[in-house]
Amino acid sequence: MTREEERILAGEFGEGTQKALELLVAIGDAYDAEKMIPINRAHAASSGQEGDLYFVELLANGGAKCKVPTSTNPVYDIGYFHRLFDSIPKDEAEVARRVMEAYKRVGAVLSWSCVPYMAENIPLYGENVAFSESSATPYVNSVIGARTNREAAQSALAAGVVGKTPGYGLLFKENRKGTHLVKVEATLKDEFDYTLLGYFVGRMVGYGIPVLTGISSRQNTEELINFCAMSNVSGAISMFYMPGFTVDASTVKEAFQGDVPEDKITVTNHELKQAYDELQTTSEKIDFVMLGCPHYTLKQVEQVARLLNGKKVHKGVSFWVCTSATTRVLAERNGCVDVIEKAGGHVVVDTCIDEPCWIAYKDKVGMTDSPKCAYYRRFKEVRVTRLQDCVEAAIKGK
Amino acid sequence: MIMKDSKIVLECHKIIGGYGEGEALVSHEPICFYLTDPKTGVIRERKHELVGKNLANKVLVFPSGKASSVVQIDGLFKLASHNVAPKALIVKDVETVLVVSAFLVKVPLVDRLERDPFETIHTGDFVKVDAEKGIVTITKQKS
Repeated sequence: MTREEERILAGEFGEGTQKALELLVAIGDAYDAEKMIPINRAHAASSGQEGDLYFVELLANGGAKCKVPTSTNPVYDIGYFHRLFDSIPKDEAEVARRVMEAYKRVGAVLSWSCVPYMAENIPLYGENVAFSESSATPYVNSVIGARTNREAAQSALAAGVVGKTPGYGLLFKENRKGTHLVKVEATLKDEFDYTLLGYFVGRMVGYGIPVLTGISSRQNTEELINFCAMSNVSGAISMFYMPGFTVDASTVKEAFQGDVPEDKITVTNHELKQAYDELQTTSEKIDFVMLGCPHYTLKQVEQVARLLNGKKVHKGVSFWVCTSATTRVLAERNGCVDVIEKAGGHVVVDTCIDEPCWIAYKDKVGMTDSPKCAYYRRFKEVRVTRLQDCVEAAIKGK
Repeated sequence: MIMKDSKIVLECHKIIGGYGEGEALVSHEPICFYLTDPKTGVIRERKHELVGKNLANKVLVFPSGKASSVVQIDGLFKLASHNVAPKALIVKDVETVLVVSAFLVKVPLVDRLERDPFETIHTGDFVKVDAEKGIVTITKQKS
């Protein structure tokens, strides 16, 4: 432990920073970390729940301030939702409000976005960081080549406040070697196929570092975001390799650092079809369509606008697109927000699917393009299918 | 009924400090605190070996945590705010989320007992966890 760390633990820099380092020390003890390692940035997967509130207020009330840029996950756009719905429970709304206020007091980057690596807080190649959030952890490890462990919101926030994280796990090259070889024989046509691939691979691997081979063409950003989000929801995938496309290993051999895979998995169209079939429901009529879990990129918002242009969402259906405030500004500028709103849809910022603001849909049936959205169980039933089918169903009402 | 008490003292590795004691509840399956009744501590996870059992004020022995960080942390936090969290946690495979969960609710968390906890500790034994000293004391209750 350095002299400065000792002084922090003795409370010389205030109780907030002291508590933050105490948590990091406990995590370091769990993993036998030898020392704390400086980080350049962090992302706290803030959630607007009570455990989250307790910790961020503990730090904020103790005078802690983020030492490195520390972005935040969405909670919900309080003004927007309370204008529309009066059914949101007051106590839960108050927790959300206090969480957002406390993150402001600790000096976080108030991105309220679950894809901060797209705009508000972008790691560099080789940087040590502390990024929580399901798509963010594997994305920054595998696509960008920064180094982060699988963090909780609180450990990431603590790391942001102290500017350090315990040295263990994925911060070291030897722990970043592949564990499972995944032979992809399935045809991957679009973003949704990568959603299904991530969903399937996460479930098959569970906890590990899959190395995917057999993919013939380069992924786009959205395909990679979807693969990351879904594989880290159906499983615990903090990192993966697609040799030839992602960083740090251009061959399968390099990805395994000369070792043999623990296990081998093959994915054909049949497995993707099975994954798809599992995500279907029996309902015909739908009450809502929910898009943007993870938050839609500008390209995805544009695609929604193209599909909805000149059409009307069915009067019995609510249509939602969740995105970041940054993306919404650009989508306002190019007219996409206008197109979606004219069709009867909403483009909301700062908002996550797993929040009390959606209580009006508790007993409703919906459709989404994201298994992660369906997983949260805030709704009666959610069918998962391609964006195009979601938009078509929104227009027809079924 | 004949009561025969025997004491076993084991060294362990402290992760979250403090002291907690209570009756042992042993789970061979991972635990998700979110899938318990936050007001009573009764395990509600369908198909879990301990479904219907109550973890309130117990010394919980389990292999690992599971589920997303948000729900796991919030789950233990809600139990603690209703005063029905376990008194101590003895775990085999620890990970960040479990450390954060225990830290927030100030429940001692230890691992690496010098003997396999699943062989040494049985549900119903009385267990004292002194995380500060790195000592677990087990009093076998046999009738």
